Amino acid sequence: MITDLQNYWWLLISVLGALLVFMLFVQGGQSMILCTRNEKMRQMIVNTIGRKWELSFTMLTVFGGAFFASFPLFYSTSFGGAYWLWMLILITYVLQAVSYEFRRKSGNVYGTMFYDVLLVINGVGGCVLLGVAVGTMIFGAEFSVTKGNLLNASQPIISTWDNPLHGLEAIASWRNLLLGFVVLFLARTQAGIYILNRVAYSRDFYHFMKRRVIVNSCIFVVLFLTIVVVLLTSPTYHALSSGAIEVRAYGFIDNISECPLIPGVMLLGVVLVLAGIMRAATGKRFRFATWSVGIGTVLVVMSLFWLIGYNDTAYYPSLTSPQSSLTIRNSSSSEFTLKVMSWVSVIVPFVLFYIAYVWRRMDKHHLKIEDATGDHSY
Amino acid sequence: MNDLISVVDWSRWQFALTAMYHWLFVPLTLGLSVIVAVMESIYLRRRTEQWLRITKFWMMLFGINFVCGVATGIILEFEFGTNWSNYSWFVGDIFGAPLAIEGLLAFFLESTFVVVMFFGWNRVSPRFHLASTWLTALGATISALWILVANAWMQYPTGMTFNPDTMRNEMTDFWSVALSPVAINKFSHAVMSGWALAGVFVVGVSAWMLSHKRRREFALKSIKVGGWIGLAGILLTAWTGDGSAVEVARTQPMKLAAMEGLWRGQQGQEILAFGILNPAKSAGHDSVSPYLLKVGIPKGLSLLARHDLNAFVPGIDDIIDGVDRDADGNVVNTINYATRIERGKAAQQALRDYSETGSIEALSELKQNYSCFGYGYYDSPEELVPPVGLTFYSFHLMVTIGAYLIAFFIAVLLLAYKAPNWFTSRPWINWVCILSIPLVWICSQCGWIIAEVGRQPWVIQNLMPTRAAISAIEASSVRLTFWLFAATFTVLLVAEISIMLRQIKRKSLES
Repeated sequence: MITDLQNYWWLLISVLGALLVFMLFVQGGQSMILCTRNEKMRQMIVNTIGRKWELSFTMLTVFGGAFFASFPLFYSTSFGGAYWLWMLILITYVLQAVSYEFRRKSGNVYGTMFYDVLLVINGVGGCVLLGVAVGTMIFGAEFSVTKGNLLNASQPIISTWDNPLHGLEAIASWRNLLLGFVVLFLARTQAGIYILNRVAYSRDFYHFMKRRVIVNSCIFVVLFLTIVVVLLTSPTYHALSSGAIEVRAYGFIDNISECPLIPGVMLLGVVLVLAGIMRAATGKRFRFATWSVGIGTVLVVMSLFWLIGYNDTAYYPSLTSPQSSLTIRNSSSSEFTLKVMSWVSVIVPFVLFYIAYVWRRMDKHHLKIEDATGDHSY
Repeated sequence: MNDLISVVDWSRWQFALTAMYHWLFVPLTLGLSVIVAVMESIYLRRRTEQWLRITKFWMMLFGINFVCGVATGIILEFEFGTNWSNYSWFVGDIFGAPLAIEGLLAFFLESTFVVVMFFGWNRVSPRFHLASTWLTALGATISALWILVANAWMQYPTGMTFNPDTMRNEMTDFWSVALSPVAINKFSHAVMSGWALAGVFVVGVSAWMLSHKRRREFALKSIKVGGWIGLAGILLTAWTGDGSAVEVARTQPMKLAAMEGLWRGQQGQEILAFGILNPAKSAGHDSVSPYLLKVGIPKGLSLLARHDLNAFVPGIDDIIDGVDRDADGNVVNTINYATRIERGKAAQQALRDYSETGSIEALSELKQNYSCFGYGYYDSPEELVPPVGLTFYSFHLMVTIGAYLIAFFIAVLLLAYKAPNWFTSRPWINWVCILSIPLVWICSQCGWIIAEVGRQPWVIQNLMPTRAAISAIEASSVRLTFWLFAATFTVLLVAEISIMLRQIKRKSLES
């Protein structure tokens, strides 16, 4: 029974993770605001994506909360260990939260440009650093877990990080960074398509954004193919039936061959993302492109989580103490808590429904320049 | 060991900093969201331009404040992992659930409908807009509910059992966690105090407008709405505060003793209306007087804590010695702290033995002594006394300001209805209203100081000491992030206050 609940919760984590990456289009848009040709263009971008920043922000907090409730050992090990990585992520989000509201308000002390720079920091930093954090879940991190430490009065801490840089070393890892930049360019591509779909402004703006979509999507595709190769050639850490962990070369290829649903969903996602990009780059069907890239992104990220967490794979491998690696079996909450949380999760469809309903009501009409410069604008 | 203490101290400073900054914004969000929703409801009923302007004005101030609450809140949630990682494992099975529910039930509600609130005026129907404003207020309140359920559990751990195989506490009764009397009182006390705080804010800002002879009707109408909600808030805060005191007396008697600076209790214990503590006083020194100066109300503490004028209220030394008395005054021996420390060490040794040998006897020994598990981290009872001075002065300041606020709201409402001209003809009235704004924030912060400092040295009452809850990081890292957050939050606070002042000034000039 508990294994079913663990599987279910990993599925929910994968859904929330996928929606978080999808919502990063807000950050992707923010990363572009300093490169606009004039102030009005910047206003259009900020006001198009800005009306979704709370959802993007909330997605991160809910993702964190759900991880805490379902896999607390990951929460305590990764957050307490990769301290600087998570702190940097959080600080970029703090900056985002105030910047939209404050940027054009009179009396904001530091000027609009200051807040726009903060938005760019969150746009670039948020995407890359979250990608790095997910990278540690694929390529491993340096930590040990010794539960018996709880009884050591002088150092009663069960999870210890084995690198004194506390997460900065993860940022310096080229594989993690590669994933970070994949996330960044995906977010920028999504943002470009979303803005094109939402905005009715000038031809100049249209061409400007379309060029951004083409350039960013090309970079994304190259980086994505590279990370796929890196992923498939990386070793994985697998839990044996005894609970012991063994290292397997090309373990992800094993997972793919043993769980055909994973490559199937991933492939479908990739096709949808590419189809959306092609539509946006070559035509004007941005509505289709937005849906296609959005759904494709969710499917790819979900299947990535399945790839790294199911089939007894350690979703948080320890490079320094492999037996400390975290799997969905050894790091989850108790059966009772997972069951309670599963009942709570019944409301997820309802939540998604009202979000979709409000999104549709608010995005019914194209955004015009008056919407981006009037009293009710950022 | 020294480095560990330093990490503990800096982690506590950092958490206190973020929590206190967060609590600057959250109560205003809680109260102002309701006030704005009431104003918009009046607008929808009367359909006058003035009520629309009133609604939009306070909604704008709500928005400026809201984002600061959001910004500081995300740090708090993740700090449980970054700075209190051991805590996250030891009780994450219980504590994580309310946090996740908060996100799922409240954050999405808030973040979805707040957008309609600000940008939906011309995009949705007036009724849909009003519903969105109420749903935003509801989202903020539900958010408070779940985070306070989590906090209440730290004060009064219930509905769980210790699993020696996983070396953590595991939830066994969700409803016992969610509906514990401590949680219910804490939630209603905190939310109602938010109403009172927002009421003072609305009255104070409106009084400023009146003092400058600007938008008289606008300001008076705002004062009436803010005044009524504030009065309801402060009266309910007082009522739930009484419930909280009873719960503290029952579940955290040491905290209650610290709140009153009480070292030796008695039947019919007085409560201090005013007092200055003797800094030389410490545990076990009966000859030293606890106060340099005091003005007491006879039998007040007995009434407050046990709803009985003659009840015995134990002091700090009584609790350390394990002395209590029943309703008839007979001595009831509870477990003294020296014994608890012994039993705590026995529980920890039993857990060690069990994890090494799997011995059934060790398991039985562990179960027998687990209620004292956390005490095993200490060597002397004196280490288990919370900081008395800070708890004592915070409590008395909070109660004094709270009592003043009841009188304040009654007076403001009387003036608003019976003598509105006094606001323009007697400037000192406006100044009283304006100066009450910082007072209510001090009152609100004091409440949290009592709750959190009074619980020390525990992070989870009787189970986990604060010093055992931390992450394995260097003190220098935490020190650096402390200053980083202090600088960031201060920069943001300066901007927020500046924007608010400018907007109030600008909008009050509009005709």
